[in-house]
Amino acid sequence: MNPFSRRQFIKLVGAVGALSSLSACQFGEEKVIEGRVVIVGGGFGGATCAKYIRRFNPNIEVTLIERDAKFITCPFSNMVLAGLYGIDWITHEYTALRDKYSVKIIQDTVIDIEPIAKKVLLKGGKSVHYDRLVMSPGIDFQWDAIEGYTESISHQIPHAWKAGAQTLLLRDQLQAMKDGGVVIIAPPRNPFRCPPGPYERAGLIAHYLKQHKPKSKILILDAKDTFSKQALFTQGWADLYPGMIEWVEGSFGGHITGVDAKTNTLYNSDKEAYKGDVINIIPPQKAGLIAHKVGLVNEDGWCPINQRTFESQKHADIHVIGDACIGSKMPKSGFAANSQAKVCAAAIVTSLDGTEMPEPSYVNTCYSLIGPDYGISVAAVYRFTEQGIMKIKASGGVSPQNAHADFRRKEAHYAIGWYMSITNDIFDSFS
Amino acid sequence: MKIFAFISILLLPVITQAEMPITRGSMLALSCTGCHGTNGKSPGAIPTIAGKSAGYLITIMKDFRDNRIFSTVMGRQAKGYTDEEITLIAEYLTTYK
Repeated sequence: MNPFSRRQFIKLVGAVGALSSLSACQFGEEKVIEGRVVIVGGGFGGATCAKYIRRFNPNIEVTLIERDAKFITCPFSNMVLAGLYGIDWITHEYTALRDKYSVKIIQDTVIDIEPIAKKVLLKGGKSVHYDRLVMSPGIDFQWDAIEGYTESISHQIPHAWKAGAQTLLLRDQLQAMKDGGVVIIAPPRNPFRCPPGPYERAGLIAHYLKQHKPKSKILILDAKDTFSKQALFTQGWADLYPGMIEWVEGSFGGHITGVDAKTNTLYNSDKEAYKGDVINIIPPQKAGLIAHKVGLVNEDGWCPINQRTFESQKHADIHVIGDACIGSKMPKSGFAANSQAKVCAAAIVTSLDGTEMPEPSYVNTCYSLIGPDYGISVAAVYRFTEQGIMKIKASGGVSPQNAHADFRRKEAHYAIGWYMSITNDIFDSFS
Repeated sequence: MKIFAFISILLLPVITQAEMPITRGSMLALSCTGCHGTNGKSPGAIPTIAGKSAGYLITIMKDFRDNRIFSTVMGRQAKGYTDEEITLIAEYLTTYK
């Protein structure tokens, strides 16, 4: 730690200036910039990090580079699929970040990064220099994992695992499906974005079908043999949609290895065929492509980091947060990305200040809705240890099994409250 | 040298004050805002935790933790914090108006 940091020096100079009774207005002012941070990706991780760096130290210049003009959240996109919300409700603006927190927003695509020169190169032709870079690129898909499932086929058979046009495509297919149709959801192996997401999706699609197409069925063909909040989901499906949802585990033929898009048929490794009227393939995943291009990933396709500061183990002065990073025991969730982003913001600000970051604390709470009035949750509190980010043993866990309907209703109510609060914490939405 | 000194007096550095400090208490309390909203002001169904006294916050967190009062998720959360940490969180949260 510097005994006398740059920031402390500037503060002293400022104090001396004030004592001399010289006002900035009389003589002009020089806005102090104590560091330049560039953030790539304006989702749960990147946008939170931008806001909190500016809140911790408004003398640090923060530039957020994001491909899209607005952000559409994956959380609650299953409610859009079920027709319970419009896409506008899950669409958020960068206006508050820009106007209230003075984050520079650049709408462009990052094509490369030069870690030695500390430059981010943009598709539009410009480059941006950084002192610290935060990468929050989210996920991309392993397009070679399921034979016949390509990016172009995903415009016909949606993954809907990045919210937006894909969400609306799947919603429209569900609305066009005949009563008595079969909807297939094919979740991937671990790790992947939002572990309870595919199962929440099954329940909310079932809610839609029960009202509009009650003879229809949902078949979940899973690459795994267990899944997040499994006992609670299974109980909820039985309570709300008896006989409507069937789950096939990976070891018993659920693991899909191929698709014939012409006939809407999925195949497992034993060449058993499953034909669906609407198919949703959620492919295996990896860190966002730009992380691969820059060399931030390990052999598994995810970004190893110092889990206290989120600094990359591959390149100095680059931090990786959110789904793309290896956050040890934390799941790949929007909530985890928000929590990591705040710790990362504190790590960067203290590093630029030349001070020590206090002990970090991390948290995650994932609500899932099985129906609009039926919510369940999993939660945990985490600390940094020698083994990385570890769950506090006594903390967390899932909602109780066999809880009263009122408990489920309360959690559904809080799930909506959580969504409003976390998007408020990121984008100042709903304020 | 004189010119440099003159210029540095004319161009006074302007420091903008931080909205929040980085302390152990604030780092712990950052975990609250993902559900309770920035500065503990919730826009939706989850209760606002700004504007409460430290004593109230400490009592209710311990009651959640030790299952003395009903909760859906706060009991599971509160079990992640020691008495000292609960006090630090509560004291920091009182700075949210």
